[in-house]
Amino acid sequence: MTGSRGLRSWLTTTDHKRIGLLYFYTAFAFFLVGGLEALLIRAQLARPNGTVVGAETYNQLFTMHGTTMVFLALMPLSAAFFNYIVPLQIGARDVAFPRLNAFSYWVFLLGGLFLNASWIAGPVFRAGVLNVAPDAGWFGYANLTERQYSPGPNVDFWMLGLQILGVSSLAAGFNFIVTILNLRAPGMKMMRLPTFTWMTLVTQFLVITAFPVITVALVFLMFDRFFGAHFYVPQAGATPLLWQHLFWLFGHPEVYILILPAMGIVSEVLPTFSRKPLFGYTVVVYSGVLIGFMGWGVWSHHMFSVGLGPIADSVFSATTMLIAVPTGVKIFNWIATLWGGTIRGTTALHFAVGFIAMFIIGGLSGVTHASPPADLQQTDTYYVVAHIHYVLFGGTIFGLFAGIYYWWPKMTGRLLSEALGKLHFWLTFIGMNLAFFPMHLIGLLGMPRRIYTYAPDLGVSSLNLVSTIGALLIGVATLVFVVNLWRTRSHGAPAPNDPWGGATLEWAIPSPPPPYNFSVIPTVASRLPRWKTEHHDPMPDPPAAPPAPVHVPGGSWWPPVAALGLPVLALAPLTHHLWLAFLGVAIMLYGIYRWAFEPFEI
Amino acid sequence: MTHAAAAHHTSMGLDSRKMAFWAFIGSECLLFGSLISTYLIYKGKSVVGPYPHDILNIPFTSVSTFDLLMSSLMMVLALAAVQRGDLKWAKIWLFATAFLGILFLGGQVYEFTSFVREGLTLQTNLFGCTFFVLTGTHGAHVTVGVLWLLTLWVRALQGKLGPAQALTVEISGLYWHFVDVVWIVIFTLVYLIQ
Repeated sequence: MTGSRGLRSWLTTTDHKRIGLLYFYTAFAFFLVGGLEALLIRAQLARPNGTVVGAETYNQLFTMHGTTMVFLALMPLSAAFFNYIVPLQIGARDVAFPRLNAFSYWVFLLGGLFLNASWIAGPVFRAGVLNVAPDAGWFGYANLTERQYSPGPNVDFWMLGLQILGVSSLAAGFNFIVTILNLRAPGMKMMRLPTFTWMTLVTQFLVITAFPVITVALVFLMFDRFFGAHFYVPQAGATPLLWQHLFWLFGHPEVYILILPAMGIVSEVLPTFSRKPLFGYTVVVYSGVLIGFMGWGVWSHHMFSVGLGPIADSVFSATTMLIAVPTGVKIFNWIATLWGGTIRGTTALHFAVGFIAMFIIGGLSGVTHASPPADLQQTDTYYVVAHIHYVLFGGTIFGLFAGIYYWWPKMTGRLLSEALGKLHFWLTFIGMNLAFFPMHLIGLLGMPRRIYTYAPDLGVSSLNLVSTIGALLIGVATLVFVVNLWRTRSHGAPAPNDPWGGATLEWAIPSPPPPYNFSVIPTVASRLPRWKTEHHDPMPDPPAAPPAPVHVPGGSWWPPVAALGLPVLALAPLTHHLWLAFLGVAIMLYGIYRWAFEPFEI
Repeated sequence: MTHAAAAHHTSMGLDSRKMAFWAFIGSECLLFGSLISTYLIYKGKSVVGPYPHDILNIPFTSVSTFDLLMSSLMMVLALAAVQRGDLKWAKIWLFATAFLGILFLGGQVYEFTSFVREGLTLQTNLFGCTFFVLTGTHGAHVTVGVLWLLTLWVRALQGKLGPAQALTVEISGLYWHFVDVVWIVIFTLVYLIQ
């Protein structure tokens, strides 16, 4: 029923590599949207009393910028690599549940479109304006999000969209946990897993434990807004702090969901381009696991200013400083990996080293928030905005770009241009420091975040202008990257199996890999199977053609059909049409039943 | 290990579907954990009645709790019947499990409507909010379980539920027992310890 070419083959695909590419292109498109929103924010703030956008649109811009970057760009860009690279690194032919994997992607795409539809949905709700995008901030604090204070459909789009996206993340979480634990090639013991795969595993455990918590928080909000419940209504005896606790119980693990995959990528790129095994592999892995556990014990450091009392503040201050320890350990391991290595200054290595440097700055400003008295001066100012961007842009985005330059030849069979790549790196590096470093000062000088304009006598005008110039530079850098991607389609040098001399299994097979990945499932004898070590010779590459025909699962229509049910269901409360709820559930059930009973052999 | 499970080699020796399901149950613990915590945090914070002791009917709910516990027993018997290839008893026990599930849901519908008649709705107070959303989420889980069990029952009627499908039945059983255990926690924390 499905071919290997054409639109239909992409709609019905269950191949982890194709799904990985779909994740990449979709998430990158959302990354551009989120970037455009950032540029509009910076244009508005370039001068005091700016008039580029009004206050209402500005609220929507910063809310959607944060929501888009976290849920529609960074997480799914990581997911692109989970999908494409993890099965290859463990020597598997696909993920454990290929159709569930397709389902995750389609739910992500539809959830992202649902959220962004709010930019043009105004006329549908007779709002009198075009854009009714979410406007209560990416962490949507109660009770601002109650119907009384946010009467429009804006917050509805946000809370329903996030619930849809949660389904996608949870399904992918179960899938990748089982894939990594159960589909390893013979001899691929847990402590031989590549670091990126390890960090993926930790990330997925965080996903499946953190997402139910925000789901509950959003369900409460949904009941408050649609059915008149009082979960966050102080007059009824409720405390809006419940939202903050539930949100940050999710939100802090989410921070590690965003950064751990990038740490995993960097831990792959540095050894390859230093031609040295990762320094202290075991310690790096255990630090990652420890970060995963400790990430659950620090959430209230987002809430120092609400007055939890000295004991709670002290405890969360201490745990927050403590979590810097395993993070610092990793940084020393990365530096020690470079030390004395045979370094090749590829673009991927530039981004990986940039990651270390920028993440140190972001990590250090993070430690300053860990002290409640200091935090009280910083909270809700641009200082926090500076911190989050050093961690998530200097950290996660740099890590992801390192991964893109590193694995692009494997994923497409063509090498990205190194010259354009380095131009991209330096423009990004200079641009991000120009854009985000002044924000530390802007914040400490007293400019609050999320306010659409500022007065000239605050004394932050020139710093804001510098920041805007930096943001424009990042925009130019991203254009250079897009040109590089585009050019590589036809002009990129063809990539051999292993353009970099990597140690892990994905480099043993053609670029891009055939549908079955490995002609023969490899047997792994060491942690660096493709490198000569003290005790092991390099693993021989699998034969070019499989000695016996390999079964590859066919495609399926039912994951996208089942996924379609969710946004239809979400439209019901949004538009107050009950029949849409029945239709959505019916579509979902139909998809699930056809899925369950179709013949599909993994 | 069943035939279907043995067909695929797995690194941990545990069938992938079963492992995924255990991960799912772990995730569900956080879902119900958040709901139950919220109930406990808001306990005694309602500013108007009716309050739990005015309205909760322990004898009635004890009966429906017993009903749900018995359905878990039926589930065990159903799985045993499927594993030994006894289609006749598989049909009977699967239907019995689903039937007791439906009975429990009927009890919940009765409970909810009588509460509404006595003046407790979602909008009344914090007890109403937390009670209906917590027990309603549990009821939604029971509903999914009933649909699942009835599907298996139809498969058994079609004669397509042999020992090769034992793992499918076992996983549905894991789900059913989990939902049952959650109810025991809810019954204890909401009804018994007021």
